[in-house]
Amino acid sequence: MTDFIADRAATRKPDFSNAHLRKRYRAEARFKLYGIAAIVAALGMLAFLLGSIVMTGSSAFTQTEIALDVTLDRAQIDPNGTLDPEVLAKGNYRKIVRDAIRAQFPDVSGRRDLRELYRLVSTGSDFTLRQIVETDPGLIDTTQTIWFKSSADIDQLNKGAIPRDVVESDRRVSDAQIGWFDKLSADDRTRRSFNTTFFTSGDSREPEQAGVLGAVVGTTLTLVVTLILSFPIGVMSAVYLEEFAPKNRWTDLIEVNINNLAAVPSIVFGLLGLAVFLNFFELPRSAPLVGGLVLALMTLPTVIIAGRAALQSVPPSIREAALGVGASPLQTVSHHVLPLAMPGILTGTIIGMARALGETAPLLMIGMVAFIVDIPRSFTDAATVLPVQVFLWADAPERAFVERTSAAIMVLLAFLILMNLAAVLLRRKLERRW
Amino acid sequence: MNTLILIIVLLGLTTFAYRYGRRKALASVEGSVANLHSLPSYHGAYVALWCGLPALIVVALWLMLQTDMVERLVLSGIADGIAGMSEGQISLLLSDIRNLATGDITTRSPSPMVLAAAERYVELQRLGFALMTGAAVILTSGGLYFGLRAIQPALRARPQVERIVRGLLFIASVIAILTTIGIVLSLMFESNRFFGQVNPLEFLFGLNWSPQTALRADQVGGSGAFGAVPVFAGTLLITVIAMIVAVPIGLMAAIYMAEYASPTTRSLIKPALEILAGIPTVVYGFFAALTIGPLFRGLGESVGLPVASESALAAGLVMGVMIIPFVSSLSDDVINAVPQSLRDGSLALGATHSETIRRVILPASLHGIVGAVLLAVSRAIGETMIVVMAAGLSANLTANPLEAVTTVTVQIVTLLVGDQEFDSAKTLAAFALGLVLFLVTLALNIVALRVVRKYREEYD
Repeated sequence: MTDFIADRAATRKPDFSNAHLRKRYRAEARFKLYGIAAIVAALGMLAFLLGSIVMTGSSAFTQTEIALDVTLDRAQIDPNGTLDPEVLAKGNYRKIVRDAIRAQFPDVSGRRDLRELYRLVSTGSDFTLRQIVETDPGLIDTTQTIWFKSSADIDQLNKGAIPRDVVESDRRVSDAQIGWFDKLSADDRTRRSFNTTFFTSGDSREPEQAGVLGAVVGTTLTLVVTLILSFPIGVMSAVYLEEFAPKNRWTDLIEVNINNLAAVPSIVFGLLGLAVFLNFFELPRSAPLVGGLVLALMTLPTVIIAGRAALQSVPPSIREAALGVGASPLQTVSHHVLPLAMPGILTGTIIGMARALGETAPLLMIGMVAFIVDIPRSFTDAATVLPVQVFLWADAPERAFVERTSAAIMVLLAFLILMNLAAVLLRRKLERRW
Repeated sequence: MNTLILIIVLLGLTTFAYRYGRRKALASVEGSVANLHSLPSYHGAYVALWCGLPALIVVALWLMLQTDMVERLVLSGIADGIAGMSEGQISLLLSDIRNLATGDITTRSPSPMVLAAAERYVELQRLGFALMTGAAVILTSGGLYFGLRAIQPALRARPQVERIVRGLLFIASVIAILTTIGIVLSLMFESNRFFGQVNPLEFLFGLNWSPQTALRADQVGGSGAFGAVPVFAGTLLITVIAMIVAVPIGLMAAIYMAEYASPTTRSLIKPALEILAGIPTVVYGFFAALTIGPLFRGLGESVGLPVASESALAAGLVMGVMIIPFVSSLSDDVINAVPQSLRDGSLALGATHSETIRRVILPASLHGIVGAVLLAVSRAIGETMIVVMAAGLSANLTANPLEAVTTVTVQIVTLLVGDQEFDSAKTLAAFALGLVLFLVTLALNIVALRVVRKYREEYD
């Protein structure tokens, strides 16, 4: 017995030696270092992620263009000289563009070579030319120097994304095309200009004609529906739960339910939308209306939770004062408590909307992944949204879509930053500490 | 479009009712508000509610039911023509009729029967709209009349309006419950149909997942095996990888922020980490598929390891990065909630800072951290876009993180995106997977929230 105690005392005797102390201090420093390392690792990944996207995406904001001397031959466009818009729309602009390219390289012949030659400029060039002629028919029978978009492959070559030093069969541009392009460059007939198409047109199979406007409009329409539904309903249920609901089992259930709903995977909301809105109510597929409905259900818990927190932070003295001078409970809330809580509620709503803006998975379920060229004009038109556009382009095989995907991500992130900035500013400016 | 105009007109009428009611209330006491029971604006609101609410409710219900009614009437009109058709054929016919009616392109050149039905469809729709407008007009004007007639100085307008507003508030708060019920019912209903075709035991315990069902009886391949174990295993593998990344980094970051960092550093690092949570998941997916995946494959090639370009490792790693802020901010909160007296006591006994953290603070906040990790696991299981873009499609029962595996969410997306017939076991399987996903995340969330709440109460 005594041996046992003596034994234990010996093992539990503290080690006061300097060596042990140094060891403990080293452990201390190491531990702190782990913390710093963890933060550096997390922020490093963030920087890597953002850096790689900016690196690949920034080149999509410029587009290679090629200048061609176009002879706007009346015989090809408007043989009878009527200037009738319908006739102008049917002119053979493709031939005019092709003739202009051949004029640059008169010695190219043979069908295969010619086809490669024509592929220097975008397939949308005839359309560009048509628009120019339609806006100014006076140009007919003159020769103009017009800048045409190059095809996506030539654009990638010019940006250095297609290496010149690999075997010809391993790249998408042939040696002949490189030669022609270099000759055009030497003649000062190429330039890189700002890619306005990217911001002014909808989706396209041709990378050089693809833009994000359709997706941005689709996103806006969808988020309008989301906001119109989730904000009033969210605020109303927050007010009810916080100010009027009796504290009983039923309200407990609602509260637990809302907390859980906030953590339900977003794809499950997509399944709900598919089963209920599309199959049961037979609303149109791919429509911003349905997308907005699904996202509203998803955002609702966020708004309610933020709203309740904001209402809670309004001190009881405000309510007591209002009730004291004879206001009814509803007047107390609508005239005093709600306005004071509004900044907090708005902040929460903006954050919820930012989350909805970045959401992709539920929208895949309700068919917003379709390839849509037209820019949607109403809540029931087929549309897609920015994150889904990113998803679609990420799947496209062309090299030129990689940089466009990154650029679309940059647009998406810009919107997110704007919204979060608005939330932060709102909080700074309006939120009151009691 | 017409409906939108109708609703705007109704709202305009309601505004008019408000102003008119208000004016009438004021006129009834010749401008001396003190003689009214309620303020004039409540009288206005009283009339407006009478005028607008019933009409709007009727319009909403009408819109919900009209399509169904019209289709039923159209089908009963051509009952002879569709006798003996299967349900699928009828629905195809119906969509043809609908497309014709709305002026869209139809799949086939329409038969005279379909043309006539489409005409009838348009006619019925027009009739329905006219009836709806009529009903709305009668209700608004009736409401307006009734509301205005009731206005007199003694009318208890405020309590009545408030009762209705409270009712609306209550209805708003029930919508969250309805959403949950909707999720549960729709998942259960579709899963039930799936389990009518596939044995639930085979679904839960079968080892073979290849959901391509044969469209024709004589088709080769596409046997349609629905054993979901490989899918669950893949989800688990990727989740484990994500947790291996997120838990140590998130936890250490939280400890550093809560215990070591100065307030200024903390106020810089915390929002910076939260950016990670704010980045859309599709961006992470793109990053994983385009940068991390090829990077790992290149690394693997250089040391002679076969790494799939859609390896579980790449998807899991990126998902882990996404989850770091969930772990760190929740852990940060619970560590901060540990009472200062515990820290002081430990430090006073001579423990170093890190010893205090490891021996005192972490055990004291273990509940909360476990809750945070559980929430993070549920987030990882339900995460969709990263795995859709960076993980594989084919079910592969393996524990090797260098191979491609598939997950529950990936399968849901691949089964439901693109052309689908709604009754096949293939599309219904997505709902069964969704049900499993919903139940698992729900269980994790309930446990996690309970654990966290219990812990909070301990120190409050």
